[in-house]
Amino acid sequence: MSQSYDRGLVEDFGRWQEFSAGMWAWVLHKFTGWVLIGYLFTHIAVLSTATVSGEVYTETIQGLESLLVVRFLEVGLLGVAVFHIINGVRLLFVDLGVGLENQDKAFYAALIATAAITVASIPTFLMGAF
Amino acid sequence: MAEYYSSFERKGTRWLLQRITAAFLVIVLAYHFMLLHFVNHAAEITFAGTQARMSQVSYFATMVLFLITATFHGVNGVYNALINQGLDGTQRTVVKWVLVVASVLLIVQGIRVAIAMTTIF
Repeated sequence: MSQSYDRGLVEDFGRWQEFSAGMWAWVLHKFTGWVLIGYLFTHIAVLSTATVSGEVYTETIQGLESLLVVRFLEVGLLGVAVFHIINGVRLLFVDLGVGLENQDKAFYAALIATAAITVASIPTFLMGAF
Repeated sequence: MAEYYSSFERKGTRWLLQRITAAFLVIVLAYHFMLLHFVNHAAEITFAGTQARMSQVSYFATMVLFLITATFHGVNGVYNALINQGLDGTQRTVVKWVLVVASVLLIVQGIRVAIAMTTIF
């Protein structure tokens, strides 16, 4: 049988200073999840220009990529995706019962790995934007 | 038996599918980012390049599967989050069907887009 973990009211975000690692992991996984599903709908909408013509598709993507704000949003999207992936792998291990004693350390490692990958990708994402 | 600190109910098809799609998406989302930002830079994407990739049967099939699994995983995640917030009764039924319809529309439109990008058919 499953047991639900009494995490208190995470929804009461005014309590953020009392949050444990597990609560931050929960909040960040939810937040990044909302961003990713929102982006998926937007992504398909933009790619739908391919149903008009190849030229419209190319012009739309290259037009968007010429905007500096889009480049920064893409870096943000990468950070969101990387965190959701790495923390998601951590959650799969938790579901398998692996590493239950080190969940907090694994969460901190996920944060550090996300930060490192995101920062390292900035040059590639901003290439040619200036 | 180990204790499971999950807010999801540990039973049923949706629970299992959420994890199976997660394992698939971990690989494919990372691949998608690598291919379209690091191997091919997003700013250099053209319809011709997209068409060349989407005209390979294996790539096309992977992208369609990516669309379907990502839609399920994301929308099911939203549904779980709302239930976790206390959504129930009629509202839960209404939200469920709104999400089902939104998912079907997204998948249908995504497949229309994929077909427009390929020369396979």
